[in-house]
Amino acid sequence: MPLPARKKRNYLPLVLLVLALFPMFGSGYYNELIAKIMIMTIFAMSLDLLVGFTGLVSFGHAAFFGVAAYSVVLLSPKYDPANLWLVLPAAVFTGAAVAFVVGLFVLRTKGIYFIMVTLAFAQMIYFVFHDTPLGGGSDGAFLNVKPELRIGETVLLDLNEPMQFYYIVLAFLVVAYVFLRVLLRSPLGHALAGIRSNEHRMLSLGFPVFLYKLAGFVTAGGIAGLAGFFSACQYGFVTPEILSWHQSGNVLLMVILGGMGTLNGAAIGAFAFVVLQELFSALTKHWQLLMGAVIVTVVMVLPGGLSSLPQRLKGLLIGGGNRNG
Amino acid sequence: MAELVLSARGMSRRFGGLYANRDVSLDMHKGMLHAVLGPNGAGKSTLINLLSGDLPPSAGQILYRGQDISGWSPDKRSRAGIGRSYQRTNIFPAFTVFENCRLAAQSRAPRALRVFSKAVSFADLCDAADRAIEQAGLAARRDAVAATLSHGEQRQLEIAMVLATSPSVLLLDEPLAGMGPEESQSMVALLKKLTPDHAILLVEHDMDAVFAVADVITVMVTGQVLESGPPEQIRDSVAVQEAYLGEGEPGDE
Repeated sequence: MPLPARKKRNYLPLVLLVLALFPMFGSGYYNELIAKIMIMTIFAMSLDLLVGFTGLVSFGHAAFFGVAAYSVVLLSPKYDPANLWLVLPAAVFTGAAVAFVVGLFVLRTKGIYFIMVTLAFAQMIYFVFHDTPLGGGSDGAFLNVKPELRIGETVLLDLNEPMQFYYIVLAFLVVAYVFLRVLLRSPLGHALAGIRSNEHRMLSLGFPVFLYKLAGFVTAGGIAGLAGFFSACQYGFVTPEILSWHQSGNVLLMVILGGMGTLNGAAIGAFAFVVLQELFSALTKHWQLLMGAVIVTVVMVLPGGLSSLPQRLKGLLIGGGNRNG
Repeated sequence: MAELVLSARGMSRRFGGLYANRDVSLDMHKGMLHAVLGPNGAGKSTLINLLSGDLPPSAGQILYRGQDISGWSPDKRSRAGIGRSYQRTNIFPAFTVFENCRLAAQSRAPRALRVFSKAVSFADLCDAADRAIEQAGLAARRDAVAATLSHGEQRQLEIAMVLATSPSVLLLDEPLAGMGPEESQSMVALLKKLTPDHAILLVEHDMDAVFAVADVITVMVTGQVLESGPPEQIRDSVAVQEAYLGEGEPGDE
């Protein structure tokens, strides 16, 4: 018997509307916070493509985010704004290219080895930026003037303007979200889902699994690069910390917190993580203790992540709820 | 003589000092069903794993249409037309029956770069999937999630997935295991229907089924070929009876 199709309410237009109207009511601080959440959402969605949809638990995803952020600083002229349509694709390309090279090695390993090898590669890249003068060493480097888009003498878009920055990030968040949704229903997306479900069978059905995983890995690296681009532009400086394993861990926690294998979960996870980080660090400098407690609680009570909360509540109220959402 | 499709020449597989397969040679022809019998541990599954590429051989050759494919990876062999099913059900449990088969068919026309097209929008793949589902007798369960199928139905799905890849060689590892009598009968009928267009290797414990469908039978014991020939020859073979059939087949005399 085919299961009756469950009607799902679509909250996306509402979320989009709130995000679009928010700057009209929010102050500068909150606009910046929401922009940060949107950037982290792009980052977390790119990791979810690997962790949630392909079954590749990468613990080095900050590497692609970080090198892209550095590429913005390194490619921008010192005292003039860079061309947005040059540095943005360049940052995405950098993230994807580094993912390609790293992927050639790490995708030959599986399970726990994959986790460790992705971590090892990310740490290698971290120390390249930390210990060499390439990106200013451990102090990092400044992006004095942020990129802008101009035709002739007219400046169309200027990332130095917080409002414009906010809406450009929002636009690219939508682009990244729609792109991933479209990708996931394409033949490639279905093949990645097959790899997550049963890699061995995919191989025996004739899929060159390694190439498919590499395609997923490069795509995720490119989108992480997009997030890295905006992160560099938001703060106007980069430090090796954005490449560190803390950053890889944080984004992994966002995905787990929100719920793996649902792009919406990545967004909810990024939102919850950034907001809690903000709240807890205002309370105490030991905010990671509180954050840890929240994550342990969520994982134990809601294995499907925060995005499964409505179904879980419904299940509890009606009875016979499905623990896994 | 029918067209020779796949053959093993002096194929061996060692695990440490133990031979799982030793100097095995056999031929598979188009239009013939080649059954492999043998007690547990005779090396039947290893034989299939060697032919499908899941295991590399330690020695010997595997020839597919005259070409040595011993070094080919499993996915390359599959794309060349060598399909296999597994003894322990090996499906995508969270997908529907249809998606299991559609994905299998997709391996023949990957279109991996068509990222802006829907996977389910390609009619050729959907048709191939539906044909395979129909052939395997699962049409009524097309939209069921694979994990919710009964064991017998999952065995049928296992076969349907192989068929969806339109292979020319079928390596079937105990397709009847765990099936009820009715399902077994329809599977035997399916095997008969598939034989004219395929070269089939059937590893099976069900004697009645094997003797009903096989054109050639190879009996293996401790990793080696004991005897190979038409069913009548195997039935009358003294060596086979002593080694294997003698235990539980009194009706053979």
